[in-house]
Amino acid sequence: MTTKAITVEDLSKAYRLGEFAERADTAVGALADVLRAPLRNFHRLRRQTGLTVDDRGDDVLWALRDVSFEVAEGEVVGVIGRNGAGKSTLLKILSRITEPTAGRAVIRGRVSSLLEVGTGFHPELSGRENIYMNGTILGMSKREIDSKFDEIVDFSGVERFLDTPTKRYSSGMQVRLAFAVAAHLEPEILIIDEVLAVGDTQFQAKCLGKMQDVATSGRTVLFVSHNLNAVRSLCKRCNVVEAGNVTEFDDTDEAIATYQELNAMPAENQIQLGRDNGADAFISAAIVAISESDLNIDVTATLRTKLGSLGCGFRVRAPDGTRVCEQGANVSNAVVVNPGQTATFSLRLREFAERVNGGDYLVDLWVSAPGIEKFHEVTCAGQVTIAPRAARNTVAVLTARRNGVSRIPVDVICTSSDQESSN
Amino acid sequence: MPTTTLPQPNAETSPQAAPGQSPGTSDAPAAVVAETIIEPRKSWRLFDPKELNAYRDLFRFLVWRKIRVRYAQSAIGVGWAVIQPVFSAIVFTIVFGRMAGIDTGGVPYPLFVFAALVPWTYFANATTDGISSLVGEASMIRKVYFPRLFLPMSAVSAKLVDFLIAMLCLAALMVVYGRPPSWSVVLLPLLIALLVAAATAISLWLAALAVQFRDVNYAAPFFIQLGMYASPVVYSTAISVPDRYRLLYAINPIAGVIEGFRATLLGTGPMPWDMIAVGAATTTVALLSGLVFFRSKEKIFADVA
Repeated sequence: MTTKAITVEDLSKAYRLGEFAERADTAVGALADVLRAPLRNFHRLRRQTGLTVDDRGDDVLWALRDVSFEVAEGEVVGVIGRNGAGKSTLLKILSRITEPTAGRAVIRGRVSSLLEVGTGFHPELSGRENIYMNGTILGMSKREIDSKFDEIVDFSGVERFLDTPTKRYSSGMQVRLAFAVAAHLEPEILIIDEVLAVGDTQFQAKCLGKMQDVATSGRTVLFVSHNLNAVRSLCKRCNVVEAGNVTEFDDTDEAIATYQELNAMPAENQIQLGRDNGADAFISAAIVAISESDLNIDVTATLRTKLGSLGCGFRVRAPDGTRVCEQGANVSNAVVVNPGQTATFSLRLREFAERVNGGDYLVDLWVSAPGIEKFHEVTCAGQVTIAPRAARNTVAVLTARRNGVSRIPVDVICTSSDQESSN
Repeated sequence: MPTTTLPQPNAETSPQAAPGQSPGTSDAPAAVVAETIIEPRKSWRLFDPKELNAYRDLFRFLVWRKIRVRYAQSAIGVGWAVIQPVFSAIVFTIVFGRMAGIDTGGVPYPLFVFAALVPWTYFANATTDGISSLVGEASMIRKVYFPRLFLPMSAVSAKLVDFLIAMLCLAALMVVYGRPPSWSVVLLPLLIALLVAAATAISLWLAALAVQFRDVNYAAPFFIQLGMYASPVVYSTAISVPDRYRLLYAINPIAGVIEGFRATLLGTGPMPWDMIAVGAATTTVALLSGLVFFRSKEKIFADVA
């Protein structure tokens, strides 16, 4: 049996969310609030800490909940998950930056964690000085840095500017130097968070190459990334983090497939768009995701004032920001809604998954009223992840993307309800 | 759709490994694998000498960075370390020496006040810097693990450079006034150690508090400024403080240090051992409790900084 480099048992971490201050509605009340503020602030600041396992209040967020997994010595394990799923919290606990609320983790070996490139860089210091500063912060000794100094400089490609303060470096040069230092760490266990996305294409390839070397050098690596291709090529095993839970997969492809499923199907199945701030119209939508290959989006809009009819428009953007599909609201898909009523639009983008390349697509939504095209708009209302073609095993039917907008047939069904809006 | 966690059988852990053990030193034998146990900490601790030693190069670079960065792109550079106490001494000589006519027991007022301003300026600057050291490096705290103690400690240590430069000025001034130090000048390092310890103690307490309550950052410079009048900078303890309050007054460790400086360098009287002892006692209490407090707050720095 191989020894475990990392053992995590029932690890949990809670954070307290910011509380919304209640505002007084009278002058006397407001004055009293001002006087009470220091005491209230004091309690609020104190409450940020000292959470225990028994805290289950509304304002307590469990970034990680009873997480357990193991990483064997010499294994390269990927960690994937959506933003806010708890990946970074997990890495921060394993790197001892923050303490868990409950549970424990045992790490056997010398750890270096790389949650950011260039920690400790000071703009006033020269490149040479920052190499030493950054290196020692990452846990290297001066002697170690001395022996690797030439390699680091060589890798970064900034030797001409070594004695120039880094504030005069281009941002690209700064990250290259920073990554070069990080790349020459030689711990037994390496914890990396999303640091490959630095520099130009050429440098990125170099970084990936370096990562491959590290991965095959027998070191234990925990690698967090949104770059699924990098995860696939570097990691044999992969953990999926979702809403504070970690699921282990022995097969990276399987993990990635699960992750993409999670992405396509929001956990809540209904996304609340924006906060209900009492505006005239308030929309919520559910991206019902890919069924067969159609992309279905359900949008509901509640109207507060009399506007006549509501229409619904949308735009789908590709990972690089280009529009894939856009359709404005028009008369043919508008519906008459009275104040307090809710309009429902079912958008169906037929064969969406077949017509686009793999990647993350963002959906913008808006509702329109007569004479006002974008009465209420929500950009980035939802995200849909389409698996790469290779993984899907479908025939590439790239319907010519004309001017960035491919011809995706769209069906819109709209109805209005008589039900009172709940608020 | 909530995913489920796969429960793992409890792994065997070696019981002899201390919690929070350092990630291992580079010169540790390869056969011994450093084991780190991460779990909520309950007991309190002072500090971990093994870990501090493993990171000693980092400490050196942090101190050096502070010094290096402070005078970067400045025309006068380290001259600023001299200007602050010299100008204060000039102003105090005019205001307190001439106008108020404070009794110094025969010592020329400029020398009298400068001998106090050198340690005082160090104390004021070191604590101000030490208190803001954690908040100022919040981005580092959130991104990488290292002994957090190094931040206030490096801030306090870096100010020693300014202090030494100011000491040279004081020596020059003593030559100008023709006042050689007494033999007890050999005790000066002891006083300096007490001074550094006092600045460290305050920094540990307040830096840890300032992470959570930024009020400390605003209040500290102001109270340190007031603190100068609670210390015998512009006046003499022997002459201006009633004898029955002398030991109460000496609870402020800087009082003993300043009077000690005057006694050794200017020969204003015998070494005020009583004051120094009281100051050393308060400093020891503050330093130890500060360490415990800092270490207990340490775990939340990354979350609230």
